[in-house]
Amino acid sequence: MGKRSNEPFLWGLFSAGGVVAALLMPIHLLLFGLAFPLGWLDPPAYERALAVARHPLARIYLFVFCAAPLFHWAHRFRFTLYDGLQIKHLNDLIFVFCYGGAIGGTVLAGYLLWTLSELLPWLLAWQI
Amino acid sequence: MADTITLEVARYNPESDAEPRFQSYQVPFRKDWVVLDALNYIKDKLDGSLTFRWSCRMGICGSCGMTVNGEPKLTCATFLSGCLPGPVRVEPLQNFPVVRDLVIEMSDFLVKLSQVRPWIMREREKPVWEGEYRQTPEALDAYKQYSMCINCLLCYAACPVYALDPSFAGPAAIALAQRYNLDSRDQGSEERMDILSQHDGIWACTFVGECSVVCPKNVDPAGAIQRYKVAATTEWFKSFLAPWGSR
Amino acid sequence: MRGSPAYTPYHPRWHRRKVSTYWWLERWAYLRFVLRELSSVFVAWLVVLTLLQLRALGRGPEAWADFQVWLKSPLLVALNVVSFLFVVFHAVTWVNLTPRALAVRVGGRRIPDWLIAGFNYAAWAAASAFVTWVVVGG
Repeated sequence: MGKRSNEPFLWGLFSAGGVVAALLMPIHLLLFGLAFPLGWLDPPAYERALAVARHPLARIYLFVFCAAPLFHWAHRFRFTLYDGLQIKHLNDLIFVFCYGGAIGGTVLAGYLLWTLSELLPWLLAWQI
Repeated sequence: MADTITLEVARYNPESDAEPRFQSYQVPFRKDWVVLDALNYIKDKLDGSLTFRWSCRMGICGSCGMTVNGEPKLTCATFLSGCLPGPVRVEPLQNFPVVRDLVIEMSDFLVKLSQVRPWIMREREKPVWEGEYRQTPEALDAYKQYSMCINCLLCYAACPVYALDPSFAGPAAIALAQRYNLDSRDQGSEERMDILSQHDGIWACTFVGECSVVCPKNVDPAGAIQRYKVAATTEWFKSFLAPWGSR
Repeated sequence: MRGSPAYTPYHPRWHRRKVSTYWWLERWAYLRFVLRELSSVFVAWLVVLTLLQLRALGRGPEAWADFQVWLKSPLLVALNVVSFLFVVFHAVTWVNLTPRALAVRVGGRRIPDWLIAGFNYAAWAAASAFVTWVVVGG
């Protein structure tokens, strides 16, 4: 009897990402990808968009919105490459590409959300 | 209505053929005949060398699984009238080595089945004088669907993961493991989890779902595997976050 | 007499069929499955789009305006239409498959699939409405 695989952790991330992607992505794409560019709805002004995005809750929401689906993609794409292309011998490379990509995107999301200015000065002001 | 129908049957003689080939037979068309009846007609009247497995002819033994017009089917449950106008293409079940004609080699499945311990496992067997193991109808309902499996292997024929990697445990083996995991009399889920929470156990499954579509007994092995994944993940997080627990 | 001759058990030569690289084209159900799996690529694309949007937001009003103009280009609109279809396909297949994975039993009876799926669809609608309100209204 072998030790149990650690795959459950990765599958858990895949599931969480799948739920986030399913519930939130259609409306995001509809608004930002179609409704605003095609003029069906008026896009928010820059100041308003920035104000909303800077809110701590919005930053957490956006972080989860970016990070979770990336891990969903990583897991699903990894298996698609295994089964679809039957390139099992590239297993490790595929694993690193997929999860490395997801981790990279998550780090980038964290950085972009952190540097949406005002958070650092706000924190610094609080320190003083 | 036509009074005959053509069957194109895959033939393979390991002693003389390098590759399987097809042979056509004209078979009487009867409204109440199934593909198995047609195959038996061929064997009785046309070509006695045709080799295939069958037994109960009523969909409970699981012997007569074959590929009919590209789909895994029980030949005793596939009516000729549903295949009109024909020809009906009959091949051995996919994803298994072909021994001869329509007979496949299924020992891979039998090995996997015995590996998942498909029997009630208890820490301590109750001696007879302590009485029977009692089970409410609700407890029976929890696993009954998975007990309907007749080991016909249609799910293995439909599963692309098994086709690509025969080391995958497969839908029926996992569904049968679940049948015992969910049985209130069984105490072996930990042991089965060790065996199946592996890379070629439940984690190789990508929920294509075809296994449940072709299952003649509505066992829903795909659902069994996904539930097993949820259970394994919950167990993993529990053991990770609360290692002082039962494990 | 000499001992009996060594007996080699007869083993017929099995025929093993090869799986084609295009196995996923052989059945409509397999093609639907592969499309469902490929929807994850479009999910990742939306994350990239969102990251680009956040970068533009952080760089100031000109970058934001440039980004809005870029979103209007035909190539991007076409890409986002296709992405939208795939993302909706992911959402629908995901919600429909959720009940198969979460068999919840209450009082000995299993909750029917349509109820669990219905609850998820309602959550989807509620989340969409909330996001729209935050972004557009308020």
